[in-house]
Amino acid sequence: MNSTERIITAKKSISAYLNEIWDFKELFWILAKRDILVKYKQTVLGIGWSVIRPLITMIVMAFAFGKIGKLDTNTAIPFTLVVAPGVIIWLFFSQSLQALSQSIVLNSNLVSKVYFPRLIIPLSTIFLGLVDVLISVILFFIICIWYQFLPDWKLFLAPIFILLTFLAAFGIGLISAVLNVKFRDIGQIIPFVIQFGYFISPVGYLTESVKSADHAWYYKLFVLNPVTGCIDALRWCMLDDFAAFNWDSFIPLVIFIIITFFYSIRFFRKHENSFVDHI
Amino acid sequence: MTVLSIENVSKRYQLNQKGNSTDDLRDTVTRWSNSIFKPSKKNNHKEDFWALKDINLEVKQGDRLGLVGANGAGKSTLLKVLSQITEPTNGIVRVKGRMASLLEVGTGFHPELTGRENIFLNGAILGMQKSEIVKHFDAIVDFAGIDKFIDTPVKRYSSGMYVRLGFAIAAHLEPEILVVDEVLAVGDADFQKKSIGKMRDVSNSGRTLIFVSHNLTAVQGLCNKGAYLRNGQLIKAGKIDEVVNEYVKTVSKFQLKQNWATSDDAPGNEQVRIKTISLTPNQEILVDNFDTRTPLKMVFEYWNMMDNAELNVSIFLYSMTGECIFNIGDDAKIYQKGIISATCDIPGDFLNDGSYYISAMIVKDRLAPVFFFEDALAFDILDYREGTDWYGKWPGAVRPKMISVNSVQKELL
Repeated sequence: MNSTERIITAKKSISAYLNEIWDFKELFWILAKRDILVKYKQTVLGIGWSVIRPLITMIVMAFAFGKIGKLDTNTAIPFTLVVAPGVIIWLFFSQSLQALSQSIVLNSNLVSKVYFPRLIIPLSTIFLGLVDVLISVILFFIICIWYQFLPDWKLFLAPIFILLTFLAAFGIGLISAVLNVKFRDIGQIIPFVIQFGYFISPVGYLTESVKSADHAWYYKLFVLNPVTGCIDALRWCMLDDFAAFNWDSFIPLVIFIIITFFYSIRFFRKHENSFVDHI
Repeated sequence: MTVLSIENVSKRYQLNQKGNSTDDLRDTVTRWSNSIFKPSKKNNHKEDFWALKDINLEVKQGDRLGLVGANGAGKSTLLKVLSQITEPTNGIVRVKGRMASLLEVGTGFHPELTGRENIFLNGAILGMQKSEIVKHFDAIVDFAGIDKFIDTPVKRYSSGMYVRLGFAIAAHLEPEILVVDEVLAVGDADFQKKSIGKMRDVSNSGRTLIFVSHNLTAVQGLCNKGAYLRNGQLIKAGKIDEVVNEYVKTVSKFQLKQNWATSDDAPGNEQVRIKTISLTPNQEILVDNFDTRTPLKMVFEYWNMMDNAELNVSIFLYSMTGECIFNIGDDAKIYQKGIISATCDIPGDFLNDGSYYISAMIVKDRLAPVFFFEDALAFDILDYREGTDWYGKWPGAVRPKMISVNSVQKELL
């Protein structure tokens, strides 16, 4: 007989909570695996979709902004390569944000019937996007070979910025997930944000081109967008000497992550025990 | 040894009252902005509802505790608190040992995943380690009886297969305390028997079971201790039979006697008036509730206001669903003005368990109904079983002992 005594009361300490998350690590993996397995069930192309989506997006972006918007005339490297990091970040960010914000509601059957630390659910959403990121990066290499472009050592820093991208999505995603339990309005807002987010983030164009415009106030707002910071950083590390490191957008990103990360976890902890009463 | 102790546990829900019931974002924003501008205004739209109130209960190791109570009594809320799905508003629960709860079978099953994948998913959700699942995998598949379909997505399963698989996984959990809610409501008789057997194994191996069901027969057969909840309060806890009796006594709509002192206000007409109708156990030992063994005696008296009338009474016994189980009458005789009394003996070991009601009719000249006294009596017959391990609902309107089945060994191989 196990003699450890568990006490269920109205409050629980942080360390006990972290211990519990550790105890449930198996569930974390299995939920992540489930999401990946389920995503392409009953599709003909299966995982092929994870190739097609970034590929088509890159081509369309390169065509729309490069050829039609005539942004490719003064770049030193092929415009498709310029667009690639932007697309990788944007797809990962938007996918993570979407998955995070829906995570609790989509797993309501679990939340209302079994106990486990609820934070496991949003945490496990990272893998779904990571699989796609991995495929997109492979795609990027193929494009590099196509254009005979060689990235330098900075490429190995890319995982750090991918992780920062998830963290940037994590804070708002987690808060949205909590709000979504009570207000399904969030489910309407997020796709909308993702839709126009494309255009206010430097996916198909460069941050520099915003800077060089006369509207200095606009640039100041523009760099506050956490996705700008992520894309600038990834461009810096993936594209050899093409882009300089942009502290203007990186510092706001780090501040944004620190604030939203801790606030969102506190917010989540405060509300997780009442999920079942609202779901 | 006490493995579970519930101390002063209460759970409060806040109900939104009318006008505030649409809980959308706009309302909340409006309310929130109002509260900024008018901070002193008290928000009195909320009404408290105590789903549980000061529950104190102790469960010893190896106990099989049955929770009974009407819908909305707080049984499920209590289970949710025990299984940590919601936190109690006040109070403490102390749990010794691993506890697994089964509030639903197949929790978290994903329709697109195969049976095999779902076993691992559901096992992890219920808190099993991967090695444990691997160890029990064959037994689970076997118990569920789905070996042919193990690699089929569960969305193609029949509902029975789905439930069997769900229960099979949960049954192979090896917690020290197992919390089970109403799983017996699903599945066919054979599966129910298997499930009860499995739960009995759990308790026989020294583990503790907490069980909620509306099937009182199953609760009585499986549990040794009981707790009766009503409106969030613990009314009675103790031996299962006492608890179930208490519960049945308070909830059933018994009408065992109707009596009128004078004929003025009694039901009836110018020719006859009802005086009394009653149903009592027809035996020496007094019992609170009738079970299938109890012989019953019905007494029916009425005032006859006619001279030289040829009368007889006719008794109808209906099941709860309104089906007439039997209709019997006595021989017609000539009666004078006055009180006429009729009795009817219903033997023990005749009716099945269930709810019944009785109507009585007075007939004149062997054909013309004089008065039909409808729904005069209502009563419940409780189940009683011995010599069987099966606790599903016994089928049929009657369960007569006078019809017997006898088997002998005819030949030896």
